[in-house]
Amino acid sequence: MADEPDYTSRVAMPRRTRVAVGGAREVTQAMFTEGDRKKKIQGALFASVLLLGLSVALIAIAAMITWAFVAGGPRLNINLFTNVPSVVTPENAGYRTAILGTLYVIGGVILLIVPLGVGAAVYLEQFANPANKFNRFVDLNIQNLAGVPSIVFGILGLAFIVRGPLSLGFVAAAGSLTLALLVLPTVILASREAIRAVPSSIRDGSLALGATVWQAVWRQVLPAALPGILTGVILAVSRAIGEAAPLLLVGAVTFVTFNPSFFEGGYTTLPTMIYSYASRPQEELQTLAAAGVVVMLVILIMINSVAIYLRNRFERTW
Amino acid sequence: MSDTVLPPTLAENAPDSTEKVSPVTQEPANTFELRHVNVFYGDMLAVKDVSMAIPHNQITAFIGPSGCGKSTLLRSLNRMNDLITGARVEGDVLYHGVDMYGPKIDPVQVRTVIGMVFQKPNPFPKSIYDNVAFGPRLQGRKGNLDDVVEKALRGAALWDEVKDRLKDNAYGMSGGQQQRLCIARAIAVEPDVILMDEPCSALDPVSTGRIEDLMVELKETYTIVIVTHNMQQAARVADRTAFFTVLANDETGSRTGVLVEYDITSKIFSKPADERTENYVSGRFG
Repeated sequence: MADEPDYTSRVAMPRRTRVAVGGAREVTQAMFTEGDRKKKIQGALFASVLLLGLSVALIAIAAMITWAFVAGGPRLNINLFTNVPSVVTPENAGYRTAILGTLYVIGGVILLIVPLGVGAAVYLEQFANPANKFNRFVDLNIQNLAGVPSIVFGILGLAFIVRGPLSLGFVAAAGSLTLALLVLPTVILASREAIRAVPSSIRDGSLALGATVWQAVWRQVLPAALPGILTGVILAVSRAIGEAAPLLLVGAVTFVTFNPSFFEGGYTTLPTMIYSYASRPQEELQTLAAAGVVVMLVILIMINSVAIYLRNRFERTW
Repeated sequence: MSDTVLPPTLAENAPDSTEKVSPVTQEPANTFELRHVNVFYGDMLAVKDVSMAIPHNQITAFIGPSGCGKSTLLRSLNRMNDLITGARVEGDVLYHGVDMYGPKIDPVQVRTVIGMVFQKPNPFPKSIYDNVAFGPRLQGRKGNLDDVVEKALRGAALWDEVKDRLKDNAYGMSGGQQQRLCIARAIAVEPDVILMDEPCSALDPVSTGRIEDLMVELKETYTIVIVTHNMQQAARVADRTAFFTVLANDETGSRTGVLVEYDITSKIFSKPADERTENYVSGRFG
């Protein structure tokens, strides 16, 4: 402090002013160095509560994955992927038909939800008049649908897709349709958010160059919204891949010893298969169920990594 | 721009000869002619009873305080207002004698002939080249657009700065360059008119100066209408200036823009006829 030039002396200031300047400096110095202890403690407390929340989630996931690897450990070999299921020889049983069934069902789900979900989102965000009562009704219902229990969709699938109007029977296509209906609201909501996040100046800029609304959406808005849309697809697929309840109702029968096909014959999926093994008493089947969880994780990560790769490629900030 | 060819959709809609409009073939003296134009947003009257003629190959500036409807009026000149729910235009907006709000007019065609540059530079998140080529591609041009892109970038005085990085993302450019890119993008579709909505309000003085020089060059080829908050800018570049103001209705709380005075720029700034104009240009108001 002592070495500092005495600014006050350069200008002939009245004494009172010099005192005031000195006082202001002291107050400022005190304010900047000491800070507000109470606020600091509050901040630290808040941060630790947030950290606690995060660690609970992380520990739970880590525990589940560890359990699956430990419990299923004895069965983690190539047979697990290539052999057909069996309760008679569980030590050799595998998940081949379930893996194929899951890939069929999820493949169908992706093919259905991307065009339907994005289409619905584009309509609601870019074409629909928000003041229109019907559009508001649709809007509200999509949000509600996202919260409907999955078993309800299973019943719907059984009544309208397996039997009733579509009468597809107990086939993988019926499973795809049912799961697609279940996760469609997720995709629509995420896609709408993504489309809304594209600045309207991009759309206006295209229109001012003589683009139709359709051209502006297809060539500018959708490419810009793609990362957000893919995030929605990742969430939806992750949910669909683990669903067992609605699939039990639409015919994912648990013992299929032949490779499934999309439109005919029985099929099974990983979650229904795991459910079936896990509900039986034999220890070998319990091990097999745990190993199945690992298989499901591997497939989920494979599918999602493609979407994550695409998302990161198209990611941009405004 | 004596060789302006109207798109067929516009030509078909020329009003009957009973209207006092010179036939399209004789090239009317003005690009735009507005007769008693009202613009509404829903029930709100945003701009009231504007009549004015905007001449060819000149820069016409709209000035006035915030909320006076100058941007609204500008957007009604290429039907960008159509995109706002509830927006409605009454009266005649004649473009080369054609009623732009006629029943058969396609707003998309209108916008290919009357381009627009916005307040904030809004390049597309693509390469510089793709930004400029976007308009021509919309019109169905395929294949090599190098010539078109070069010509447009030269037209916007940007070519020398970007010729070596045409494939770079447009977001890597400075704000002033981005705005000139938006001008290049607009002239790549070879319009007749360029509307500019406060094109320099987000730019620094040097970039602003460049864009102003560019505007003066561009008026040789295009008719330019510019909205600006910057009175010095209007005084520097505009041939004609229109001053708008807001009339507030205390009963309903609505605010309506009106055209106060429209004349040669030097007249508006040196000896305006209306007291309100004088108060505004001398800085006593707004």
